[in-house]
Formats: sequence, C-alpha cells, structure tokens
Amino acid sequence: MSEMYTLHVNGASCDVRDAAPGESLLFVLRDRLGLIGSKGACEQGECGSCSVLVDDQLVCGCLVLAASAVGQRIVTIEGVAPIGSPSDVQQAFVDAGAVQCGYCTPGLIMATHSLLERNPAPTEMEVREELSGNICRCTGYGRILDAVQRVAVARREAQA
Amino acid sequence: MSVLIPTTLAEALTAASANPAATVLAGGTDLMVEVNEGRRVVADVITVNRVAELRSWTHDPAAGVLRIGAGVTWAELEAEPFTEWVPALAQAARTVGSPQIRHAGTIGGNIATCSPAGDGLPPLAALGAVVHLASAGAERDVPFAEFMTGPKRTVRQPGELITAVTVPLVRGFQGYAKVGVRNAMVISTASAALVADRDGRSIRLALGSVGPTILRCPEAEAAAAAGVDWQAGAVSAAVVAEFADLARAAARPIDDHRSTAAYRRHAVGVLAGRLLRRAFPNE
Repeated sequence: MSEMYTLHVNGASCDVRDAAPGESLLFVLRDRLGLIGSKGACEQGECGSCSVLVDDQLVCGCLVLAASAVGQRIVTIEGVAPIGSPSDVQQAFVDAGAVQCGYCTPGLIMATHSLLERNPAPTEMEVREELSGNICRCTGYGRILDAVQRVAVARREAQA
Repeated sequence: MSVLIPTTLAEALTAASANPAATVLAGGTDLMVEVNEGRRVVADVITVNRVAELRSWTHDPAAGVLRIGAGVTWAELEAEPFTEWVPALAQAARTVGSPQIRHAGTIGGNIATCSPAGDGLPPLAALGAVVHLASAGAERDVPFAEFMTGPKRTVRQPGELITAVTVPLVRGFQGYAKVGVRNAMVISTASAALVADRDGRSIRLALGSVGPTILRCPEAEAAAAAGVDWQAGAVSAAVVAEFADLARAAARPIDDHRSTAAYRRHAVGVLAGRLLRRAFPNE
C-alpha cells in the first residue's frame, strides 16, 4: 500500500511518495529524497552516523519512523551550511585532521553543532559524554575532541 | 497503513480504542530497531510522543508524590529537577543509550517495552512506582511489581495506553548502578537501584537484567535496614558483604548472548554492595 506525506527538511517541503510502512527517516532522506549526507551503518541507534536534528533535538534518523516526523523541523548535514562554504564545525574537523574515512563525520558534525548550542564551553569529559553516541571506527577520537575544542574556543574569542 | 499523530490524550485514546491492533510508537528507540531488522512489520501506527498531557509532570510535595507523564524523555529525566526529586531514576536516565537515544526515548516507552534490562525499571521498582493506564472508557492504576509479568510482558491490554507513572518522594540516598561492556551506549549486563528511606528507615533494592522481571530483594533489604547505622550514616564491611550475598541469592540470571548467569550473579552483588556503601559512606 502506498501513501504520500510531506516532510520539512532543511527549510524545504519535501513530498514523500510511494512510501512503504515502517520506513525510517534515514531511509527516506537517502533513498527517497536523495540527501545522502546522513550515513547508515548499524540501523539500531548504536553508531550515530545518521544523526539529524528533529525539532532541534539530536536523534538517530534510523530510529525515527519517517511518517511520524510530519510537521517537525528536520535538519540534516546538508542543512548545516551551504555547499562549498563549510560551517565552523565542518572547517574545524578539516583543520584538526578529524576526518579520516569520513563515514562518521556527518553524524559527528551534527552532534557537535547540537552540543555547542547547548553547552558553549564543554569540558573534555562533557564532550566525550555528548559524543558517546557517535562511533568512529578509524578511532580518530583525539583529533575529533581537538576539533570540538577549536570551535568552542574560536566562538568564545569571537564573542569577546 | 496509517500513521496517526495525536496531540491530545483524548485523541490518542480514541485512536487506540478504535484500532487496538495499531502499534503505539513513543520514542521509537526500541520499536524501530525491530522494524529495521525486519523482525517486526508495522502497519497502523499511533504516535504518542506529541501528546501534550503525556509530555508533562506534576511535583506534589504536600502529597509526597511525583507524577511523570509517559512521554517525558530520558534527556529530561537525567537533568534538574529530577536529579533532586528522584536521583536513582535520573542516574538511570543518564546511562540510557547515547544523547541521541535519550532525546527520543521516553519513560513510558521503557515501561511499555518492559525489558528486564530497561534502565528505568529498577528505580521504579525500588521506589514502588504505580503505572497509570487509560483506555477510551476507563483508567486503572497498577503497581509496577504487578505490571511487569515477564521479559517484555506486561498487563497492558490492546487499546490501553500508559499515561504516566507516579513515584513517592523519598528522603534519603538513591542510586543506580549498572555493568556493561562500555560506559556509554550499552544495554546493562546487570543493574541495581537502591533507595534508602531515611524517614521510614527502610532500604529497597531492585535488580535488573538478572531475572525475567525486575527483582526486589526482601531479605537483603531487611538485613541492611537492621544492620546499618542510620544515625551515623555508616555501614560495616560485614553488613555490606551480607547485603551483597543476599542480593546474589535473590538474582535469577540466565546465560545469553550478552553475558553468563555466573557473571551476572557476581556482578549484581558487587553493585548492591557498592550502592549500600554509597548510601552510608561514613566511617
């Protein structure tokens, strides 16, 4: 059975057609809307590579029933900054060498934006706890933690 | 296939009664794992995470109770004011999954799934929580100990929704501890919640992941209540050891993919003893 509904993704209304029951937001973003920045790996909420914002809350896209997100504001990695002009978090990940294979990077960028919105001056322990739902199998955690602190420091300096 | 997104409790109850076979979806953090793995097929869905009445809580110090709506998330429960009101539950909330999971997952969903490994459940059992259920025509209250009847088995009927859970406000130490393979993002191998009721001079201990349901430990509780020094806030090594042994004796663990019965029994005793020492830390 098919159905049509509309999602609000990165400021645009996106019609989802011929949806099957049970499709996750991650699947719909990637396979129906062509937004392939969010990655799929575990599909059970363990790895965080599909992290997106739904009504400003960082969640795993794979654990959101897509059709249940009607009427909510969805922001994906594509909505963080225009293509070609990276956000400060994206740039810091590049500068710090925090991108290796890159598969976990979109999720980590989303988690870092979310973290620094809520806590502009996190301790290292707070960063570790806040990013604990994002797994980097290249194990580049040292440089990822460095990237987060670079952004936090730069934002504070910009305000001072 | 239909996905209903009610925003009031009346709408949600009407929808659930009209279609008792529909899948009730809260945060999705349990359900969608099963769907993604093809272990569960959903057709009609009623979401409850945007129902206003379920998203709130009521703190009533005069009555000595806290009523928590089923749609309150772990991210809310791990922070103030819950850290003050129900520390064991707040500590448990902080150990659920990851920030992503805690932003989505709800206490009502934890109660509905009722896995023996559910982190919210040992604190609820130790506190003597009451689960509030509602359907279109009726409401009923079920003590948590009677609500959970087995692994992922409860007395909730089709068409019934969990609306809230009420816990008594207790003065005294509360703690939650769990063992798993990592600090974060881990389903517990063994867990324990301890509540020390300073006014009632009672100790409640509830164990998770070591039996088909959450297990209270009456013998351990009685031994500790009689053995600790309530005045000094102290406990002897002998009382801690006896408490841990009685907790181990109350456990009914199994071997499964996550651990062995022998390790679980050992670990839950360690957790129980550790919590008792934290509750009575003085020399």
